[in-house]
Amino acid sequence: MPAFEYAPAPESRSIVDIRSSYGLFINGTFVDTSSGGSRKTVNPATEEVLAEVAEAGEADVDAAVGAARHGYENVWGPMRGADRAKYLYRLARIVQERARELAVLESIDNGKPIRESRDVDIPLVAAHFFYYAGWADKLQHAGFGAIPRPIGVAGQVIPWNFPLLMLAWKIAPALAAGNTVVLKPAETTPLTALAFADICQQADLPPGVVNIITGGGETGRLLVEHPDVDKVAFTGSTEVGRAIAKSIAGTKKRLTLELGGKAANIVFDDAPIDQAVEGIVNGIFFNQGHVCCAGSRLLVQESIAEPLLARLKHRMATLRVGDPLDKNTDIGAINSAAQLERIRELSAAGESEGADRWSPPCELPDRGFWFAPTLFTGVSQAHRIAREEIFGPVLSVLTFRTPAEAVEKANNSPYGLSAGVWTDKGSRILAIADQLRAGVVWANTFNKFDPSSPFGGYKESGYGREGGRHGLEAYLAH
Amino acid sequence: MTVTAKSTDTSPRVERPTDLADVARSEAALRTFLHGLPGVDQVGADARAATLGTRSIKTSAKKWAIDLAIRMVDLTTLEGADTPGKVRAICAKARRPDPADPTCPAVAAVCVYPSMVATAAEELRGTGIHVASVATAFPSGQAPLAVKLDDTRAAVSDGADEIDMVISRGAFLAGRYMEVFDEIVAVKQAAGAAHLKVILETGELATYDNVRRASWLGMLAGGDFIKTSTGKITPAATLPVTLVMLEAVRDFRSVTGRQVGVKPAGGIRTSKDAIKYLVTVNETAGEDWLDPDWFRFGASTLLNDLLMQRTKMATGRYSGPDYFTLD
Repeated sequence: MPAFEYAPAPESRSIVDIRSSYGLFINGTFVDTSSGGSRKTVNPATEEVLAEVAEAGEADVDAAVGAARHGYENVWGPMRGADRAKYLYRLARIVQERARELAVLESIDNGKPIRESRDVDIPLVAAHFFYYAGWADKLQHAGFGAIPRPIGVAGQVIPWNFPLLMLAWKIAPALAAGNTVVLKPAETTPLTALAFADICQQADLPPGVVNIITGGGETGRLLVEHPDVDKVAFTGSTEVGRAIAKSIAGTKKRLTLELGGKAANIVFDDAPIDQAVEGIVNGIFFNQGHVCCAGSRLLVQESIAEPLLARLKHRMATLRVGDPLDKNTDIGAINSAAQLERIRELSAAGESEGADRWSPPCELPDRGFWFAPTLFTGVSQAHRIAREEIFGPVLSVLTFRTPAEAVEKANNSPYGLSAGVWTDKGSRILAIADQLRAGVVWANTFNKFDPSSPFGGYKESGYGREGGRHGLEAYLAH
Repeated sequence: MTVTAKSTDTSPRVERPTDLADVARSEAALRTFLHGLPGVDQVGADARAATLGTRSIKTSAKKWAIDLAIRMVDLTTLEGADTPGKVRAICAKARRPDPADPTCPAVAAVCVYPSMVATAAEELRGTGIHVASVATAFPSGQAPLAVKLDDTRAAVSDGADEIDMVISRGAFLAGRYMEVFDEIVAVKQAAGAAHLKVILETGELATYDNVRRASWLGMLAGGDFIKTSTGKITPAATLPVTLVMLEAVRDFRSVTGRQVGVKPAGGIRTSKDAIKYLVTVNETAGEDWLDPDWFRFGASTLLNDLLMQRTKMATGRYSGPDYFTLD
C-alpha cells in the first residue's frame, strides 16, 4: 500500500445523456435506417452496453450522399467564405461550451482517460474549428491558385482512437473550403460524432452540409465507393487504406489517406534525460498507445541505454491504469476486445521471438479490456514487435551507436508517419530530421498537435496532409 | 580555506561506493562533473510539472496530505521588524497550529533570523519542533566568509539545530564553483551537528540547468537539504524548479546512497499548491521523501490555508480567515 494513496476522483457522468438508440444524421435530422440494422456500442472499461446505433445500408448511404450533394450545390458551395466562417466559429464555440460533456462521453465510449479527453482531445477539436474558420474567407491566399474551388461532396471515414478529434480534422477543413461531407465514425466509437450532429443542429448548420452515418466496414465501403462522392478521406489501418485506394482507382475521386505508423523515438546520449523519459512515456502510453504516430520504437544510444531504461521503468511504475473517468488515471481501457487480442498476440510474439518483456506491477480491473504498460528490451529489427504496428501500450527498445545507425534503423520500416529526436544539440536535430523519412519529426517532445501544423505520412503511412494551410489542399480544386 | 572535499563526509551511508567525493579535487574536475550532468529541457520540465499539477486529490487523500503538509511547514518569519514577542507568538502557533483542535499536528520547525534564535529555542524546548535559522548574511550572502561563519556559529550556539545558508550566486553564475563548494563545506563544519539547508536562490540562477548543477553542488558539498529560495526574490519556489531538484536528490541517492531533503520556500500560499508539491514529491523522488525529515515547506501564510482546509474537511463548512490567528 503506497503512503500517498490517491482517493478515487471520478468525473461525474451525469452531464452526458446517452440515448438508448441512435439513428443516422442525414439532411439535418436524425432518421431511422432503411435497412433496419443496428449494432451496440459498449463502454470498453466495463463492457456495459451504452446504446444501439443504426447500421447504414446502401439506401441510407445514397440518401446521405444525396443530401450532401444538394447542400453543396444549393447552400454551402455558393455561400460566401465569411458566412461559412460564421458557422465554423459557432461550431467551435459550442464545442467549447459543451467541452465537459464531450470529454466525458468520449472517455465512456472510447476508454481513454478523462485527463486526456479533457486536456487534449476536446480542446484540439475546438482549436481545429477555430483555425479553419479563419481560412474560410481567405482561401485565395492559401497558395492553391487565385480562385480555389471546393471539390464537392467528401466521404470521410475515421478511426476509433481519437473519435471526435479525427472528426474535426476531417470536417473543419472540408467545410472551410466549401465542401459538404458524409462522415462515418468507427463502429466502436460513434457517440461523440452523434453528439456533434446534435451540435450541428444547435448551430443551425444548413441541412445536408454535415451528414453522419454509422455502421461497420461495409457502410464505409459503400460510402467511399459511392459514385457521387468527389473526395475520399480515410484515417485508419494500412490494410483498409490499400483496399480503398484500389477501389477508387480510375475514378474521378481524390483521395487522402492517413494510415499506420511505427515511429522511431531516437534518444541521443546528450538528451535532457528526464524530459526524454517523459517524452518516451507520452510517445507510447498516451491514449493507451492507440495513436498512429505513437513512438512505438525507442532507439536509444547504447552509451545511455542502461540509465535511461532504469529511469523509464521507475517512471512507468508511477503510471496509473484504471477507470477512464478517474481524473488521476494515466492509462485507460483498450478500445475493444478485438484490439486487445491483437496487442496480446503481438506481445506474445515478442516474447517467443526472444525479446525481454517487462511491465510494472499493476492491478487491472476484472471487467473490461485492459493491458498493462509493457516494455520490450533486447528487440532486434527483425522482430515482429519492431516492424508491425501494435497500436497498444507496448514499447520496443532498440539501441544504436552512431547517428547514421540511428537514421538507418529509424527509416528501415514500411511506415513513415512520425519520429522523435532527443538531443541538446540544435544542429543535430536539424541534421537528423532532414534524413528521417517521416511526415512529422518532433524534437525534444512527442505527440504534440496543433491545428496550424500539417500532419501526414510517407510510404505506407499514407499521403496527403491534414492540418495547417497544407490541409486545405485536399479539399480544394485548383 | 583549508577544508577539502574529503573531509565533507558526503557519503557516510554509501551502499555503492563511487568516486563522487573526488569530483571536487580541483576546479576543473568539479566544472567537468557539473557540466556533464544531463541537461534539463525547460519546456519539457514545465509541461511535466503542469501535468502533475492536474492530479485530483480528494477526500481521504486530501486529508492525509493536509496533515502531512502541516507537519512539513517551516513556519517562517524573516522581517527586519521581527521582535522576540513576534517570535514567541509564532512559536506558540507552531506548537498548536489550531488551538481549537488538539488533533492538529505541530509544524516541523520555526525559521527565524539568528538574533531571534535564543527566543525561539527557549519557546520550543522539549516540543520536538526544530529551530531553524537563516545564516551566512541571508538573504544576499554578500559578506566575507568569516562573517558568514560567525553568523552560523552564533545561531548554532544560541540553539538552532537547522541552518539555512545561502550560496554565493555571484560566484556560481561566474562559474567559480569551487568557491561555492568550499563555502558550503566551511559552513557545514561551522554548523556542526545542526542540519544544513543550502539555499540555491533559484530565482537568481535563472535556468533549470543551473538549478540542477547547483543542486548537485550543494549535495556534493555536504548539504542535508537543498532549498529553493530565500523568499526575498521573485520568482521564489516554483513547481518545475522543485521538480528538477527532486530529480537531483533522487539521482544523488541512487549514485551515493545518501538521501538529501528538499525545501521549496516562498510563494506557496494555498493548500492546493502544497498538495501539488506533495504529488510531485510522490511521483518524482518517491514516497521516501514524503516525510518532514526529507521535505519541508518554507512558508508563513500557507499554514492558515492548510488549517482552514483541514477544518473544512472535518466540519464540512468553510470558516473565514478571522478564525485563525495571523501569527
